[in-house]
Amino acid sequence: MRTPNPSPASDIAGERHADRWTPDLGAGVFDRRTDRLPTTDGLHEPDLALHVEDLTVSYYGDPVLWDIDLNVPPGVMCAIVGPNGAGKSTLIKTILGLVRAAAGHVTIHGRPYKAQRRRVGYVPQRSTVDWDFPTTVADVVTMGLYGHLGWFRRPGRKEHQRALEALELVGMHGFAERQISQLSGGQQQRVFLARALVQQADVYFLDEPMAGVDATTERAIVDILRRLRDQGKTVIVVHHDLQTVRSYFDWLLVLNVRVIAQGPVSEVYTAETLRKAYGGQIALLEPDAVSAAPGQEARS
Amino acid sequence: MSLLDLLTDYTIQTVALGACLLGVISGLLGGFAVLRRQSLLGDALSHAALPGICLGFIIAGTRELGSILLGALSTGVLAALVMLLLTRRSRLKTDAGLGITLSVFFAVGIVLLTYIQGTGNAAQAGLDSFLFGQAASLLRSDVWVMGGVTVVAVVIVLAFWKEFKLVSFDPLFAASLGLPVVVLEVALTIMIALAVVVGLQMVGVVLMAAMIIAPATAARQWTRRLEGMVLLSIAFGVAGGLAGSLISATSRGLATGPLIILSVSAIVLVSLVLAPERGVLWAHLRHRRNQRQMRGAQVLETLYRLADHHDDPRYPAEQGMVDAYHGFATRQALTRLEGRGLVEPVRHEPETTPHWALTPAGLAEAERQAGAATREAV
Repeated sequence: MRTPNPSPASDIAGERHADRWTPDLGAGVFDRRTDRLPTTDGLHEPDLALHVEDLTVSYYGDPVLWDIDLNVPPGVMCAIVGPNGAGKSTLIKTILGLVRAAAGHVTIHGRPYKAQRRRVGYVPQRSTVDWDFPTTVADVVTMGLYGHLGWFRRPGRKEHQRALEALELVGMHGFAERQISQLSGGQQQRVFLARALVQQADVYFLDEPMAGVDATTERAIVDILRRLRDQGKTVIVVHHDLQTVRSYFDWLLVLNVRVIAQGPVSEVYTAETLRKAYGGQIALLEPDAVSAAPGQEARS
Repeated sequence: MSLLDLLTDYTIQTVALGACLLGVISGLLGGFAVLRRQSLLGDALSHAALPGICLGFIIAGTRELGSILLGALSTGVLAALVMLLLTRRSRLKTDAGLGITLSVFFAVGIVLLTYIQGTGNAAQAGLDSFLFGQAASLLRSDVWVMGGVTVVAVVIVLAFWKEFKLVSFDPLFAASLGLPVVVLEVALTIMIALAVVVGLQMVGVVLMAAMIIAPATAARQWTRRLEGMVLLSIAFGVAGGLAGSLISATSRGLATGPLIILSVSAIVLVSLVLAPERGVLWAHLRHRRNQRQMRGAQVLETLYRLADHHDDPRYPAEQGMVDAYHGFATRQALTRLEGRGLVEPVRHEPETTPHWALTPAGLAEAERQAGAATREAV
């Protein structure tokens, strides 16, 4: 067992051990692939929850993400919006090391992702898994703790208890022993959220958590995410519904292969930036919805 | 031959033991293969074992099992790697990649086989039995090899159970936790190749895929947990292996491998039909029950509306009219409603078809239904 991560932010999340599945890269050692060196104190942009520089990704020679520079301060709820094919999911996957970047680097709270896995929670798109897999709700939520357990250790009563607590938080505590194949879309999404909650991370990445869920679930998810933000955690969400951006989020990244705009919602959510990202598709919006009216707080 | 003779016969013991081991390893790994939608991987791996068998023979110069199985394992794994490269590095889809790899490797195998047969080497006799398996040629020493391979596979799967489970369910999330997803996937693939190698002498390269797919498919029907599914899959594999080898032993001349495959397939058939919740039969019964309930409610509502329309709670509705209104024969539905005390037959001349009226209980029930429907609409 390794010494606990000394970062103060990690205290919120309770006990922590270094990642046992991957070797500890040590403070501030950069991604060996990109081989960049950090600043002398071992941290690179430590004041940012997420720092992305020059990130470029391509599939079969076509750039999917181009020269992304992105900074997200801690304690905000950040939406990533953009048209289909803008690279929203790819951006999250690249940040999490699931897609290989052609160039660029990423730090989470000052360190490369590989050294910070335990401080990151991830909710993939619901449709990426087979919900007919033979397992129960509590079991799926427990999977969020597999990283904490490391090799060879099996989840026990303590892990089960934490799964139940997370299910309680998302309003699914009666469903622990339910087959996942019997869940509705909204319930599936809540289960995925609970699995990320047990990770007790400082930075959460969610890929379209509000896609195809009913209004009640959407409301519940937003409430939970807000609570996380109010605890000082950073929540980064790929979002598809421009209409709700201003009421749900306080930070915004408008993406279309390149970064179109980023910053506080009140500054970034303008007709101009959205038109730049969406082109003709912007006709969906009524004009006054995008005219960042003064005095209208993003945090409602 | 009596049962006791069967159980004490050395050859039959050997075959049965081999069949059990094959059931264990193919049931165990088949569970993961089926859930990861890689059922056909087993097929490709087993066909790709044929060139390895021939190469093993050519290199060793004799029909020595060790080198033959090693050859089979190598070309199986090579085929898996080719498939991985094809689907990752080109835009070929997985099914096309599997199909091409399977055929090419099998063709190479057949060419090598005919080449060896053409050399007139006496030792090659029986090499083609690897196509469909020849359980009778199984030696006790072969069973030890099979047992060793099976034990290794079981230990690996048990040790990394939670990792294999997560990689099978949600590889993206697994990778985000830092799990070496590719290594685990390759490990599963290599172990499937091992299972194929274990089954080569029993069922042969052509039928081996069914041994991977069938027990797991059947097991999936009965359980709700991965643990249960894999255990049951192993049990079905063992049962099919035993049944096949015993049937073959009692009926002289029938091939063991195909009988094993037929036995596990029978288990699949029964499971697909009978398993609670997922079985076809239960789905059908559930559908019928829902349909009955719905028809009952509809017919009751019709009687209620007729009574309402005629301002007579005891209005005698004629069955023929209710039939015509619904477009199906309502006699069954009416009889069932009568059984529940909601309607009763009444005499009403002239009687072409029977007449039915709501009972007070039926009236209350119809009103409750109507109320529920209104609330739902609001």
